[in-house]
Amino acid sequence: MSGNTLDNPGFRLRASYHHVDREGEVMFGFWVFLMSDAIIFGLIFATYATMVRATAGGPGPKQLFDIGSVAIETSALLLSSFTYGLASLALRYHAGRWAVIAWLAVTLVLAFVFLWFEVHDFLTMFAHGGSPDRSGFTSAFFGLVPLHGLHVTSGCIWMVVLIVRMLRKGIDEDVRLGVQRLALFWHFLDIVWIAIFSLVYLGGLV
Amino acid sequence: MNDAHDLGGHPPWGHPHFGGGSSGDAYRKDLHTYLWGLLLAVALTVVPFAAVYWHAMTASSLWITIGVFALVQAVVHFRCFLHVHPPHENVDEMLLVLFTVIILIMMAGGTVWILGNLHSRMY
Repeated sequence: MSGNTLDNPGFRLRASYHHVDREGEVMFGFWVFLMSDAIIFGLIFATYATMVRATAGGPGPKQLFDIGSVAIETSALLLSSFTYGLASLALRYHAGRWAVIAWLAVTLVLAFVFLWFEVHDFLTMFAHGGSPDRSGFTSAFFGLVPLHGLHVTSGCIWMVVLIVRMLRKGIDEDVRLGVQRLALFWHFLDIVWIAIFSLVYLGGLV
Repeated sequence: MNDAHDLGGHPPWGHPHFGGGSSGDAYRKDLHTYLWGLLLAVALTVVPFAAVYWHAMTASSLWITIGVFALVQAVVHFRCFLHVHPPHENVDEMLLVLFTVIILIMMAGGTVWILGNLHSRMY
């Protein structure tokens, strides 16, 4: 590849990037997507922060949030980040496709635990009169937290697709790059969750 | 294509280690990175949860504790899970992340500032 001609002048600032391989390009492109996603999340966080006191006489954070459930969700997601890391290591050190598939499956189970408790939380909020149409606060909450849940759900779908591909075709270049990109996505979602449990849940319960 | 590339297309501790040491050493080193990440993340999560659960301090110090622990945990995740290591390599990702942080500070911080200011004038 003729190196520099393909470089993006806005970002490739160092002389060390003379050979840009496909992997480098694909991973960097995914980083750009992740950071644009981070800005979307950041602005929705800002919206939530401006709305958090706008309960319009309805239930607020202290009536609607359950710290025990959030602790379980946090543990599940954090552990799933770790088990995904083990899948990445299995891939990287050629432990065979079954090791990769096994760790991805464990990650998937933990993700389901997370989603199960999150949906349970939302239903409890509905039951306590905290549906999205109740106040500015509930609207902002249901704009932010389920958006993260949807990201986790799409990550799960992506994981299932990768597992099926590995079962059928083994590990080829596309699967390898797919697992590496999903790794970035998955760890990124865990970082967004840090912001959610800190600002929304713990902050709301102070 | 070098198969020893890792997640971000760069080695975990910022310097290529496929030259020296066996693959077993490299594996253990990488595993330790993830284990450290998990341990630190658990510790950094448990403290703010416990502080809020038992109302261990005043509201303002609770806020500061939550904020500081969240920031440190985000840095731990970036280092141990996403393998972004400032002084060594992957300057591209680093610059991209920092640029995003600046944009976020301006747009999200500005939103909270301006609307907070407007809010205080309403009453």
